[in-house]
Amino acid sequence: MLTHYDKLRSRSAPGRLLLMAAFLATVVFLANCSSDSAEPANSASSLRVRLLTGQQYSNMIAQIFGVDISDSVAAPLPPLTRTDGLLASGAAFVGVTSDQIQQIQQAAATVAAKVVDETHRDFLIPCKPVSSSEADSACAARFLRVAGRLLYRRPLHETKVAELAAVADAAADQAADFYAGLAIALEAMLIGPEVVFIVDVAEPDPERPGQQRLDAYSLASRLSFFLWNAAPDDELLLAAESGELQTSEGLRRVVDRMLTSARLEDGVRAFFDDMMAFDEFGSLAKDPVVYPMVTGATLADAREQTLRTVVDHVITRNQDYRDLFTTRSTFMSMNLAAVYGIPASNGWIAYDFPRDSIRSGLLTQVSFLAAHSHAVRSSPTLRGKALRELFLCQKVPAPPPNVDFSLLEDAGDLKTARERLKIHSTNPSCAGCHLITDPMGLALENFDGAGRYRATENGVELDISGELDGTLYDDVDGLATALRNHPKLPYCLVNRMYAYGTGGPVSLRYDREILAYFLQRFSGHGYKVPDLLRDIALSQAFSRVRAAPVADTVETQPRQIALSQP
Amino acid sequence: MSKLSRRRVLKGMLNGSAVTIALPFLNCFLNENGTALASGAPLPLRFGTWSWGLGMSEAIFVPKKTGANFDLPLEIASLRPVQKHINLFTNYHVFKDAAPNLCHHSGWVILRSGIAPMTAENRPGETIDVTVANKIGNNTRFRSLSATATGDVRDSFSYENGNSVNAPEWSPLRFYQRLFGGDFQNPNAATFTPDPRVMVRKSSLSSVLEETRSLSKELGTDDRARLDQYFTGLRDLERRFDLQLTKPEPREACIVTDRPQDLPSGLDADLVARRHRMMTDLMLMAVACDQTRVFNMFYASAFSATTKPGYDKPHHTATHEEAVVAAEQCQPNVSWYTRRAMEEWAYYVQAMANFKEGDGNLLDNAFIYATTDQSFAKIHGIEGIPMFSAGRAGGRVRTGLHIDGGASPGCRLGYTAMRLMGLDVPSWGDKSNQTAAEISEILV
Repeated sequence: MLTHYDKLRSRSAPGRLLLMAAFLATVVFLANCSSDSAEPANSASSLRVRLLTGQQYSNMIAQIFGVDISDSVAAPLPPLTRTDGLLASGAAFVGVTSDQIQQIQQAAATVAAKVVDETHRDFLIPCKPVSSSEADSACAARFLRVAGRLLYRRPLHETKVAELAAVADAAADQAADFYAGLAIALEAMLIGPEVVFIVDVAEPDPERPGQQRLDAYSLASRLSFFLWNAAPDDELLLAAESGELQTSEGLRRVVDRMLTSARLEDGVRAFFDDMMAFDEFGSLAKDPVVYPMVTGATLADAREQTLRTVVDHVITRNQDYRDLFTTRSTFMSMNLAAVYGIPASNGWIAYDFPRDSIRSGLLTQVSFLAAHSHAVRSSPTLRGKALRELFLCQKVPAPPPNVDFSLLEDAGDLKTARERLKIHSTNPSCAGCHLITDPMGLALENFDGAGRYRATENGVELDISGELDGTLYDDVDGLATALRNHPKLPYCLVNRMYAYGTGGPVSLRYDREILAYFLQRFSGHGYKVPDLLRDIALSQAFSRVRAAPVADTVETQPRQIALSQP
Repeated sequence: MSKLSRRRVLKGMLNGSAVTIALPFLNCFLNENGTALASGAPLPLRFGTWSWGLGMSEAIFVPKKTGANFDLPLEIASLRPVQKHINLFTNYHVFKDAAPNLCHHSGWVILRSGIAPMTAENRPGETIDVTVANKIGNNTRFRSLSATATGDVRDSFSYENGNSVNAPEWSPLRFYQRLFGGDFQNPNAATFTPDPRVMVRKSSLSSVLEETRSLSKELGTDDRARLDQYFTGLRDLERRFDLQLTKPEPREACIVTDRPQDLPSGLDADLVARRHRMMTDLMLMAVACDQTRVFNMFYASAFSATTKPGYDKPHHTATHEEAVVAAEQCQPNVSWYTRRAMEEWAYYVQAMANFKEGDGNLLDNAFIYATTDQSFAKIHGIEGIPMFSAGRAGGRVRTGLHIDGGASPGCRLGYTAMRLMGLDVPSWGDKSNQTAAEISEILV
């Protein structure tokens, strides 16, 4: 019988080349990691203009006006293009079409009408008009000042407040209704570009003459969307207003408060939901004939199970990030119990798979297995590709257009995916990519397209052995451990988290050193995610910006709505 | 006739009935000869697009005969009831020139934008519906509308520029609410009372416009372009507000239907067909109510992943992995998927024909441009990519024809469409796709 080593030696030339490349990459990578522990002196990030994501819009409305109002309107933001692994990074480039602006306006009208209706007005409007059938400039201004500060994520300039109050007054006069007028002014705010876009604003950095940093409100927003996936709350804006956020001690206090807030879970869930490409679940479905027990509710639970597992592991228990890929601890719902083949329970309960279970880590959860399969069958290629792209930040090339699939035709007598995919290895134009995806995916072939366990495929025992960048394994546990110990695993998390935090893809030109710095600290702290979040949030790179992207007209005046405070 | 109400008739039509029944003639809608609205304004011209995935099985798709009364091979046999309303275009090419052949991307991008994309992420130019909407989409509540039958908001063949995709409506219920909730003004309502909020809403836009302009000045080139686009969108919104202050012309076929039920996610062909019909019905009612004059309907995405019950390969996978059966001259399951798409194309065209307008139907004053992403998907072929049109564009187009393009650019059909829609463009397309030649065979 061939040992794994023998199999390795007998691999085709492309396979050996790949292993060599992986080895060299690791050496280079480790060399990069050996930099000293201080943050690179010139580290800085880019100024961004990001469109709010749909979830951020909903969170903003919920936070300012309440969940019932947020739930009454679909977030009117467009879907984002996944950019360098993250939808959030796509937000730095996406434009808003005329059609979309119309939807933003319609959502604004719905939200505004709810805010001023008889159910909500007494809670949400901090004053009562002299007469509800007349304009009341003072009361309108009071509301608009408070709501505007939260929506714009910085205090409104008084001229802006007056302008909006005038809108409210005119509309109130026309409708003979104070609240109808106020709604129009609120609508105008809700479609404002500085509400819909998160616009980084730079200012001179007093500690580094000639260089720039985010202004306090931009820093507050960056922190808040990073850690909470929501706009800054009152306390955070106060920290920006007082200047606390611009001192290292003050920033530390603020970040620690944010990290211990219950809202951290929202932020961490949003990040992992994005990183794991869970937007797929928006349209994911399984063939009801082949997988009758997998309904839309099951798939929604699968997504939720993984997010619960992640939050519990990295936040609640503050465990080593890498162990997510080997942990047997998770949560179970009744829908999922049927897929996992275990006794059902009511609601969500903590659940540990037994030590001899084949389920070990995120790769063996239904979310990963089902999302990276076809509707009617599993796909080792899709699973292997997802493993590399989502967790190792590697890019698997698209198939060439002239692929010859003729050998796959009439492959009906081949019983297993391994046999079918072996055909690709005989075609040089296919072999290159399939060798970097299929071995990992084939190790998960004990799970069908819906993530259910199966001992055989078409009656044939499954060979689930393989190799991940030089590490050989015999079973799923082995794959999970190989991934857990893969040097790119923590690097990838650092890369994605830094991109997510700073609002756009990392720059190969500028960010190598800062990423190595974060990685070294992440490793030194035992791969604890809260420590990484904290390191990124407190870093110079997070709050310093490379240069204002002002091309030809440098504006030195404060923006219309910005307060002239430091 | 008294027991056959207009609502009942139209509801029947919306459910896909192929029977056309004359509606009671209502003098208030039209002029005396049924060619213009009662006000004397001409019946509006509309532009639609439709798309299906993964091309065709040439041997059983392309008719042997060209011109009128062409034969309908097996794969397009379902088009018989609508044959007189459509044209089929074969042997037209899209040219990638120096760009790579990007699987399931190059074909549709060229046909919709006239330009070969350089990468799988690249969306050059703007799509034809956007160009046409800039010309004819300014007098309706929506500049254009898009909807998909895939249930996935990410599936779109319409974009303003590389970073700005027109996201389609994907949920029937959501689409219904957008069309007929809130700001909808029924053109056939007995009275018209302008919403007083619209005027103040419009005047409040000036501060938002100023905010946008001021912000734009502070940004770098790329972000400034995004803010300028936002500014343009706000201006467009202003125009739409103006329209809300004007009494709409009555529309004969406009009936607000009942609120639909939403459908589950999934790409099972039966489910996709149900979703396609619901979205088509809503879309065409929006057209009949003159809520938009430019509309995109996507039956499938590029890389179509529609599934067939009991068959283990989704459409795209099947195109590559299923063998061609010589006796059937096709890949049987792949052809099954294409036939399902053609059934839906027939539904769509028939649904348009069922909307009475003037002396005819919606097709008389519309031009629909239907495209796909490949010709022979098995090898990612883009040469000979098939296309359809439907409608007579105000009597300027002959229908019922099969045209052999003689390997000329497929962009000719898009160019023809633009000219029909009144765009004064000397040519369309880039490099080898560039054309200044309309497809004269279909022009009256």
